[in-house]
Amino acid sequence: MAKTAKKVAMTGNSACAEAMRQINPDVVAAYPITPQTAVVEDFSTFVASGRVTTEFVCVDSEHSAMSACIGASAAGARVMTATASQGLALMWEMLHIASALRLPIVMHNINRALSAPINIHCDHSDSMGARDTGWIQLFSENAQEAYDNTIQAVRIAEDPSVYLPIMVLLDGFIISHAIDRLEILEDKQVKDFVGEIKPPYSLLDPDNPIAVGPFDGLRGYFLEFKKVQNDALESAKEVVLDVAREYEKLSGRSYGLFEEYKLDDAEVGIVVMGSTAGTAKTVVDDLRNAGKKVGLLKLRLFRPFPVKEIAEALSHLKAIAVLDRSCSFGAQGGPVFLEIRTAMYGKNGQTPVSDYIYGLGGRDVGKDQIMKAYEDLFEAAKTGKAKDTPTFLGIRE
Amino acid sequence: MKWDISKINQWKAEDHPLGATIPTAGNAREYNTGAWRSSRPIRDNEKCTQCLICFMYCPDSSILVKDDKVTDFDLKHCKGCGICARECPFEAIEMIDERSASKKGGK
Repeated sequence: MAKTAKKVAMTGNSACAEAMRQINPDVVAAYPITPQTAVVEDFSTFVASGRVTTEFVCVDSEHSAMSACIGASAAGARVMTATASQGLALMWEMLHIASALRLPIVMHNINRALSAPINIHCDHSDSMGARDTGWIQLFSENAQEAYDNTIQAVRIAEDPSVYLPIMVLLDGFIISHAIDRLEILEDKQVKDFVGEIKPPYSLLDPDNPIAVGPFDGLRGYFLEFKKVQNDALESAKEVVLDVAREYEKLSGRSYGLFEEYKLDDAEVGIVVMGSTAGTAKTVVDDLRNAGKKVGLLKLRLFRPFPVKEIAEALSHLKAIAVLDRSCSFGAQGGPVFLEIRTAMYGKNGQTPVSDYIYGLGGRDVGKDQIMKAYEDLFEAAKTGKAKDTPTFLGIRE
Repeated sequence: MKWDISKINQWKAEDHPLGATIPTAGNAREYNTGAWRSSRPIRDNEKCTQCLICFMYCPDSSILVKDDKVTDFDLKHCKGCGICARECPFEAIEMIDERSASKKGGK
């Protein structure tokens, strides 16, 4: 299949819109925001030219977009949307409702910094702010992964053991606006792969009337309910792997919970997410050529966080550096660092884990910055000591 | 799934319907909202002229009427708001303390 695959040149946004066209969801409700705009723009041309049968709802805000998605999904429709930055922030209260109602909505979030100051460029602070909303989060390194993740996301979200909304994340401008080479599937392949939605319930089934979103009452079953919700999110991990295996047969491209790059025999390693993984891999190659045993772990699934598997994959390292493209203000480090260090706690003694905050507001990250993190790592491996506070990579001093 | 609210505080996590939906219709009457009440309406049959103003004003449909006559209060759903007592033109309804009413063996 992979040999005959159609190769195209597309921006990440167009690749997302193309995947949406092939999925042909029942309802799309979205509001434009940089750098997501082209996803909705491309998709709306598919609607206008009749290439999809989607009911496209132009709404007045992202809060309304997510509200319309929730209504349509509760009615039993296959629903998609896309947003970024302030848009995702405006959706915030509705994100929790979508996940608690167990609605399998698929959403692209094109990662962009949050104001102030106003900044339209990439960092991960928008989706990191939504990491506790109960959504599944899948990060992409390039346009190919954004396309592949979109198609797999439908199956993950709609799996009966999951029934949860899912965010497909891709870096604003770096992936969303750069033209990339990728392979796309035939329309029929995608149609067969995603199949028909079997909704968890339907608000529009007169034979089985239900109430959606009621008050939990003074009886208080909230605690039990949240436990079930958390279990469902945990079970998504297995489904992500099952869907990836099936998708590999179709596409020839292999996906997991994360990607290990030259990590097997590495002595030190970096954990990274999104487009910077591509840059970091070239640094790994350079250092390998110089005889250094370095590796890299690229996160794909951030929620649910695959604690056990990641701890296992990193357990042989003498020192670890985490690259965080967002700042968790007042915390011990960035959100990815907090996850990784917690995962490593009690594992293999005390592996030193250091945090590097980089690329905020789209600040360019070059090989030199990543090289610096590796150089620190060689030192940390010798001393067994991590840095006490996060290092801001590339900061003007 | 049968929605039997009477044992809801014994339900385990896995007994709850997916997405916190209520999978049957028309069951609001099973919800004992009368348990919220801190004061209870008492009707004086002598003063009552059966004008039915209380029936019209009650926000919880808790004035029980049969053959155009007020027969009783639905204490399972009456939240004790006191609107009936306030609106009654004949002062035929009085609100009394719920705790002492319950102790006296009222409903």
